[in-house]
Amino acid sequence: MYDIAIVGAGVTGAMTARALSKYNLKIALLEKCNDVAMGATKANSGIVHAGFDAAEGSLMAKMNVKGCAMMPETTKKLNVPYKNNGSLVVAFSQEEDEHLKSLLARGKANGVPELKILSKEELLKLEPNLSNEATSALYAPTAGIVCPYELTIAAAECAVSNGVEFIRNCEVKAVNTDAEKITLETTQGAIEAKYVINAAGVFSDDLARMAGDDTISITARKGEYFMLDRSVGDTVKHTIFQCPSKMGKGILVSPTVDGNLIVGPTAEDIDDKSNVATTNSGLNDVRKYAVKSVPSVNTRNAITSFTGLRAHAAAHEFIIGISEKNSRLINAAGIESPGLTSAPAIAEYIEDIVKRIFPDATVKADYDDTRKAPVRFRHMTDEERAELIKKNSAYGRIICRCETITEGEIIDAIKAPAGARDVDGVKRRTRAGMGRCQGGFCGSKVVEILARELGCSINEITKFGGNSNILFDKTK
Amino acid sequence: MINYDLVVVGGGPAGMAAALKAKECGVEKIVILERAETLGGILEQCIHTGFGLHYFGEELSGPEYAARFIDLVKETDIDVKINTMVLSVNDDKVVTAVNTVDGLIQIQAKAVILAMGCRERPRGALQIAGTRASGIMTAGTAQKYVNIDGYMPGKKVVILGSGDIGLIMARRMTLEGAEVKVVCELMPFSGGLTRNIVQCLDDFGIPLRLSTTVIETHGKERLEGVTIAQVDNKLQPIPGTEEYIECDTLMLSVGLIPENELTKQAGIELDRITNGAVVNEMRETEVEGIFACGNVLQVHDLVDYVTLESQIAGEGAARYILGKNTDEKVYINTTPENGVRYIVPQKVNIKSKEDVKLYFRVGAIYKNKKLTVEVDGNILSSKKKVKLAPGEMENVVIPASVLATLNKNSTIKVRVED
Repeated sequence: MYDIAIVGAGVTGAMTARALSKYNLKIALLEKCNDVAMGATKANSGIVHAGFDAAEGSLMAKMNVKGCAMMPETTKKLNVPYKNNGSLVVAFSQEEDEHLKSLLARGKANGVPELKILSKEELLKLEPNLSNEATSALYAPTAGIVCPYELTIAAAECAVSNGVEFIRNCEVKAVNTDAEKITLETTQGAIEAKYVINAAGVFSDDLARMAGDDTISITARKGEYFMLDRSVGDTVKHTIFQCPSKMGKGILVSPTVDGNLIVGPTAEDIDDKSNVATTNSGLNDVRKYAVKSVPSVNTRNAITSFTGLRAHAAAHEFIIGISEKNSRLINAAGIESPGLTSAPAIAEYIEDIVKRIFPDATVKADYDDTRKAPVRFRHMTDEERAELIKKNSAYGRIICRCETITEGEIIDAIKAPAGARDVDGVKRRTRAGMGRCQGGFCGSKVVEILARELGCSINEITKFGGNSNILFDKTK
Repeated sequence: MINYDLVVVGGGPAGMAAALKAKECGVEKIVILERAETLGGILEQCIHTGFGLHYFGEELSGPEYAARFIDLVKETDIDVKINTMVLSVNDDKVVTAVNTVDGLIQIQAKAVILAMGCRERPRGALQIAGTRASGIMTAGTAQKYVNIDGYMPGKKVVILGSGDIGLIMARRMTLEGAEVKVVCELMPFSGGLTRNIVQCLDDFGIPLRLSTTVIETHGKERLEGVTIAQVDNKLQPIPGTEEYIECDTLMLSVGLIPENELTKQAGIELDRITNGAVVNEMRETEVEGIFACGNVLQVHDLVDYVTLESQIAGEGAARYILGKNTDEKVYINTTPENGVRYIVPQKVNIKSKEDVKLYFRVGAIYKNKKLTVEVDGNILSSKKKVKLAPGEMENVVIPASVLATLNKNSTIKVRVED
């Protein structure tokens, strides 16, 4: 029996697993997919929000501002790229100018440091590619950008290195609670734990309901995006928001930590919580609204488009704490934007709850809250590359030409704790297949390496688990 | 730092022909750097026939065509480094590469020939809405799975784009027992060779739907179907023409893009139409001593023309290395007009002592038109053509005797006329 089973290996689950892995507790991290970061974490804007959006006094506001402050240190320890690029909410009318003032006031009340309103002149000096129609902007210097799945992968690696057991393809089908324990009936069999942490994202209401808690209602709110080529990655330096509406923060234009330009998201509530298809109308909306703030954005430069689902709670507030209906269930539900930013703070918040539940839990002597930096051949100098290949010749074989990713890095990604098991998993960990040819050349080589390292045949390799196999039978 | 007279980047048909020609012209130290496990490039997975009709006067498969050049390379003292990826080429002609045997290599070359070939345009560039299911791949990737790895990438196939690789794969998949439901082409004409449309689609009863595209993909894990629709003359889908087609595989054959990342790094100017370097009649780029040939320069229809072009580059590099380029140089630009999309070479040295062949493609299907070459306002030639198609490369010759009459203000124009 586990002391704690965490359901859901998104950024919330993985960061929580890392925080709890410092204690002498038996912990499992369960994920219904073939990899970590497969839900909302995989497909969002990757923004570290400053914290002026959430309502004053809300848990969301507290977690956001604290998480934003924790992010530089957290990403440093986990060796995840983070950039403090600052954000701008741009106004286009007198009415929006006024709205910025209310955002400023709320931000100050939430404790967001260094916020200020920029005049049109100051704004265009800072971001010359912005629309000339802009009238003013709210500048938040503490905002930043981070790669959401890289943060999650690193946190999961750290957790597993510290003894957390990661169980993939493990979907919870039923929950039974008795006086001693909570039993999860899963696709990997029954799993018993003293406590369950519900970090199931868009499915967190379903999980709570299975555990007898019907107080949570989550709507999947779809957001569609374009990812543009690095050649236009420096169109803007800051994250450019438009004034928020009821449906969210509007279409943003932002550099990513990997040097691309991200444009999106739309906001549309949908019934099917697994529908991550892009739509022609959604992508058209992104095209239409993005040019309002940055006229030169041209989706002809898109290397891909994708959809993410936000786990939207009706009250637009994080629901974190011991369930009132089941004292063995700890909810971390309704974690939508700024959920990524808040993740380090949410993990600490849950850690405090767990410390109260297990007052005698001791800290592991060998606990290590860091993750070693993975080899990144493309960022090395020629001298470093030469040294590296001397030590291990697999780093001398380039697999992905567009992103300059070596076989050694791909093998590392597969062998890592909670490592890659499919093509998309390799892609997220190494960037192989993420460049301009989108895996045209390296895709088949990645399949071969996965099959070799996992000891299976190449037609067993999937794109992202489940039935997403790439190859069928042998030819005639 | 290692020294070579000539570094050839890429060991496909272009790189091999260029290296062999340079050797024949007297260049001593030559190395071919090839990123794959073998020489031959993409020909190794093109197991169908149709190669060599022009160059060898016989019909060969891709590997057979490649083998003839691989054998010739082996007979020479040209060095070959396989599994070797070039990371950069600079304008001082220092080539940096890596492999598992030598580690990181830096080579100082006297001349460099860029022969990296091209890549297929991926899905992202097309912006097709829908799911991210598996089973969506370029035709060339599918070709590798079938012909090299020996696995079927699908059983019910829709092909988007009627480029030659897509057409070839329609036949290949059919022969392997898959059902190819339809080939959709966005344009009102195919970009592939007529012979491929006849031999790969018509002969197998596979429908080719022109002015039709895929607008959505379906299926959460493996692809389950696509929605296709007709497009108007602005290439926009026409509402009401949508049609669902069940399939587990969508192959994309929607264009080839020369792989010019190294070229750009070296600071070499590219032609906006060909996406290849701007070159002179010896296929020398704007950086002296760096040449380009094959599909990295312009996407060819037939490998035979790749070979011929690469021999020109090989000879050009040899002359440069051996200091035989003493002739005076006066360049004029070649100008594509009315229906002609581009011309390679983009500029010609009028002091050239040899005839210069201009290669180009037209932008649409033309029937019963003339291909006219105008030099300094005079018609040099005007050839009647029953059919001109974007899928097929055309060429015209400017004789050395004509070049000798030109001056630095002269013009050479090629156009389609009634």
